[in-house]
Amino acid sequence: MSVQQLSVFVENKPGTLGELMKLLAKNDVNIRAMSLAETQNFGIVRLIVDDVVSATDILKQNDYISSLTPVVIVAIPDEVGSLSVILEIMKNAGVNIEYMYAIPGHKGSEDAFMIFRLSDDQAAEQALSAKGYRLVAQDEVEGL
Amino acid sequence: MERYFQKEIETASRDEITAMQNEKLVKQVRHVWDSVPYYRKKMEEKGVEPGDIRTIEDIGKLPMISKADLRESYPYGLLGAPLRDCVRIHSTSGTTGKRVVAFYTQHDLDLWQDCVARAITAAGGTKDDVCQVAYGFGLFTGGLGLFDGSEKLGCLTLPMSSGNTERQIMFMRDLKATILCCTPSYAAYLGESMKEMGMGPDDIPLKAGIFGAEAWSEEMRRSIEKTMGIKAYDIYGLTELSGPGVAYECSAQHGMHINEDHFLAEIIDPDTGEQKPDGEYGELVFTSLDKEAFPLLRYRTRDICRITKEACACGRTFARMDKPKGRSDDMLIIRGVNVFPSQIEAVLLKLGYPANYQIIVDRVNNTDTLDVHVEMTPEMFTDDVVEITNRKKELVTALKNMIGLKAVVTLVAPKSITRSEGKAIRVIDKRKI
Repeated sequence: MSVQQLSVFVENKPGTLGELMKLLAKNDVNIRAMSLAETQNFGIVRLIVDDVVSATDILKQNDYISSLTPVVIVAIPDEVGSLSVILEIMKNAGVNIEYMYAIPGHKGSEDAFMIFRLSDDQAAEQALSAKGYRLVAQDEVEGL
Repeated sequence: MERYFQKEIETASRDEITAMQNEKLVKQVRHVWDSVPYYRKKMEEKGVEPGDIRTIEDIGKLPMISKADLRESYPYGLLGAPLRDCVRIHSTSGTTGKRVVAFYTQHDLDLWQDCVARAITAAGGTKDDVCQVAYGFGLFTGGLGLFDGSEKLGCLTLPMSSGNTERQIMFMRDLKATILCCTPSYAAYLGESMKEMGMGPDDIPLKAGIFGAEAWSEEMRRSIEKTMGIKAYDIYGLTELSGPGVAYECSAQHGMHINEDHFLAEIIDPDTGEQKPDGEYGELVFTSLDKEAFPLLRYRTRDICRITKEACACGRTFARMDKPKGRSDDMLIIRGVNVFPSQIEAVLLKLGYPANYQIIVDRVNNTDTLDVHVEMTPEMFTDDVVEITNRKKELVTALKNMIGLKAVVTLVAPKSITRSEGKAIRVIDKRKI
């Protein structure tokens, strides 16, 4: 079970991220999580949004280049040490992590959410489910 | 079967062509001597008189002229006919210095139209075609040149001029244009826009494109041909000589046939001015053979190319010139190395990048810097930073192999490089500013 992450190409110069955010805001795209990968002259903005299909259309109409990347979102208890436990599970399953970022738990919720780009989504899902971890589905993203 | 617009002339034997050129050259030199004091003075300085020129073998005795002469004699200094006999003026699209203006009598326009009609025929055009002219109309020779030639041939002609891309595509589809004439960069842009509008080669009846007025590579040709589903033909010309149609490609797409009955071509060593034999690279020099209003003797084009008189598969006997390797004007000298933008373009296209690029040359701490900006495309984009970085490294290496210099490659946002719908701004040389 994976979730589609939106990856957007931006130039690495002042204002480009702001413009992208303005465009998404104007079109009511709600961002649930984001992370930024940067190199010297370009960056990739990685976004988990409520409606990935309409967000893709909006970006395309406005001459942005984007792609969809499957990522795995895992719910983990919002407490010390829980991340290291699931990392251990993935290591034992032989799954490599290319990158990860987080949706920290908020007040009133017991869970935090970790977003992973993995070498093998299926192996990770199997190993995590076996240990009782819950993976987030695409239609649950809006409620995160 | 190969079609010709003027078969007898286009397939004449070498002896017939030479005889025609000899006769016309003698007359043209006499005309220039009699009517253009600027030339007469130049010839006198070199100690040449019209009587010294009996055949084309004598061409080397004549003085050469350059763009500087044309600018110096602006506007009327090289005029070879009374203004009351002239019917049109065109001007170069030059971005630096004084413009060059050229004059045409009706006779000059007629011969130019023949040249263009030959070019359209060589690209497969007939009376049955609908020819969309999307070069700019106006002082630029591209628009009116192709327009006149297309009408002369009898094509149904659409004088679109450049710009208004959506209307271009709409008319192309609705009015069933079969031939498109514009700059190669605009053709590439039209192709991209068609794709964005969800149209492919099967949605338009276009079969051929005649593209010129700027340098383009073989890779760019293949890319346009694929996107639009056409055959793309090169056309060459200069406002100084008439306009597009001085030379043009035929079905063989292997060099451009020079209209030798109107223009005599030489290749010279740009440094010494010595003539070079067929097959060797050098600067292309043209002499008009039967122009009235704006005759030119040994005009240095700054274009670096070579000429062959070998037989062509299409049956035309006119000599062929290669696509110019570059213009000595376009040539950049970066850290002492000669670089043509066309070399950089060839590398980009070969590695799958679009022809949307800009070359920026600067001087930092007394050292020249070369930056190449390339627009990102959906095909090239991935979520993987390492992969994009590796592709960029591959590009830097390929550029280094081609030009011998290390370039700084920057991937920029789509459509962020200014596209002009006439000529593309490919080079920004900040060293001159």
